[in-house]
Amino acid sequence: MARRSGSPWKGSDIVFAKEFSDHLRSPRMLVLQWLILLTGIGAVFMSIQGLRTTTASDPFLFLRLFTDARESMPSFLSVLAFLIPLMAIGLGFDSINGEFNRRTMSRILAQPIYRDALLIGKFAGGLATLAIALVSLWLLIIGLGLYRLGVPPSGEEVARGFVFLFVALTYGGVWLSVAMLCSVVCRSPATSAMAALGAWLLLSLLWPLMGRFIAEIVYPANEVALLLGLPNPQQIGLQQTLARLSPATLFGEAVVGILQPATRTFGVVFASQVRGAVAGAPLSFMQSLLLIWPQVTGLVAGMIFVFSASYMSFQRQEVRA
Amino acid sequence: MSEVLIEARGLKKRYGTAIAVDGINLQVRRGEIFGLLGPNGAGKTTTILMLLGLTEATEGSITVCGADPMRDPLTVKERVAYLPDMVGFYDNLSARANLRYTGRLAGIADLELEKRITKSLERVRLHDVADNKVATYSRGMRQRLGLAEILMKGAQAAILDEPTNGLDPQSTFELLDMIRTLRDDGMAIMLSSHILDRVQAICDRVALFNKGKIAIEGSVQELAATVLGGGFALQVDSSMEKMAFAALLGSVNGVSSVQAEEPGRFRVLSVRDVRDAVAQAMVNAGAPILRLAGVEHSLDEIYRRYFEGLEGVTHGTA
Repeated sequence: MARRSGSPWKGSDIVFAKEFSDHLRSPRMLVLQWLILLTGIGAVFMSIQGLRTTTASDPFLFLRLFTDARESMPSFLSVLAFLIPLMAIGLGFDSINGEFNRRTMSRILAQPIYRDALLIGKFAGGLATLAIALVSLWLLIIGLGLYRLGVPPSGEEVARGFVFLFVALTYGGVWLSVAMLCSVVCRSPATSAMAALGAWLLLSLLWPLMGRFIAEIVYPANEVALLLGLPNPQQIGLQQTLARLSPATLFGEAVVGILQPATRTFGVVFASQVRGAVAGAPLSFMQSLLLIWPQVTGLVAGMIFVFSASYMSFQRQEVRA
Repeated sequence: MSEVLIEARGLKKRYGTAIAVDGINLQVRRGEIFGLLGPNGAGKTTTILMLLGLTEATEGSITVCGADPMRDPLTVKERVAYLPDMVGFYDNLSARANLRYTGRLAGIADLELEKRITKSLERVRLHDVADNKVATYSRGMRQRLGLAEILMKGAQAAILDEPTNGLDPQSTFELLDMIRTLRDDGMAIMLSSHILDRVQAICDRVALFNKGKIAIEGSVQELAATVLGGGFALQVDSSMEKMAFAALLGSVNGVSSVQAEEPGRFRVLSVRDVRDAVAQAMVNAGAPILRLAGVEHSLDEIYRRYFEGLEGVTHGTA
């Protein structure tokens, strides 16, 4: 077929602007925003209660705001790991099929833009909304920390905070693109929401368990390891590889790596790896970044991969309802 | 003849093995309303989508406003406006905001856009409610808003898919009247419909779709001549038996066919105006005449008769 003329980007900025303002004004967004705000602040508040007793002894006090869990309250991170996908799915699950159901799709596509622009604009709009929500939450926590702890964050803590923000955004991006894929494939928004939430529950809660079972089947415990009372290293390796197919695992590892500077490795630690290491000593910022680089790359790649899948299936879709 | 704005030659569309559109040729000129008529599933909407480049044709060539919708869809969509079947708008936005969005997508500069929006909303008489949310609009108002969008776009041609679908008679009348003014502005207009008598009133030419093909095409008079075979039709109410009535009128010079519409009501087709001769013959025979009236050929009738003919229903011709 001949090359089509004109730019696929034409109009994507207009779609972006509309989606962005729609999201910010929508009651759905308000609900999600408040949900995250209240649970997030609750978690941070509890961790501050505990941290106030150790302000003098910890060099990375601010990062503890994000990672500390107190009795009866999960850490801010685990709240986020749970709520970011919920918000991303909430923003994306009806983005394409909603246009069909409102019967606006053919009218919009009859304007001089390509379908690319619609999809890109919608994705960028959702991502920007997520970014706004995350940045405001992040600033709020820093502010709360400053106010309650009375210690300013160090430069490194701020840098690590920024990396965390980026990782959280890509994690949201992955789920946004999953939700958009569902909205392209399923014509009914309810089905699409169910599919996206199902994928999220499967990957976040069930997949780690399933990965363990699969690893145990593929590499049954060998006798030597059993005698020593140790797990089979191959089995652990496979289990970890499988677990990392889930964006939730990648997100968890990446944020722990960057927010807990003492983290040196994920998974099994061999004696050779800790030789000469000072226990509990933090890594430098660049080393921590290096440690989580594969996880972050994996998240970005997953986001692009799922987005491409929805792009391809959207291009092939018939316009008529 | 004025410029041809929409042209399709040998247009085909297959979905797997099913053929939705099977070799269509059509032309729409500037300042003309062209009607696509046919039963549901005859391929009207598919044809429209192909003309707009919203779905790809399997075979054939299309030129719309000087561009090929397959190769150069953006140019085509800049020059043609489209009002889809049961058009939808963003309910949470006002009419003005809805138009602003599509206007921006169409690449109209902001200052010019506001002027055009105001003007087009005035023209479809929605300016009083322009800032209300579209959620509060009735079906007819939405359809008029769709027309406003066409006006705003300043297109050379407009394609309307079932524009009168789901409208009450008053709204239908208003809408068709507005469509007529678009034609008078020099637009080429193509519309599909199954509400025939209304369409008849505004279409310059129509094409009858059947199973993916254009069965017949032309002005309503031309179609009447082709399908009904005669220039004139009479409706006669009489208490006579069908056979006797047919035998009586069959002897009248110029009558081509007689058929019974319902007991006591007959339809007489003829090559010329035979009202006098029929009345004369009936009076002479002492047959009761309850009513005798000339019937204007309606698209409805052409349509019905054409498809009856296809299904092999024989007419009671004496």
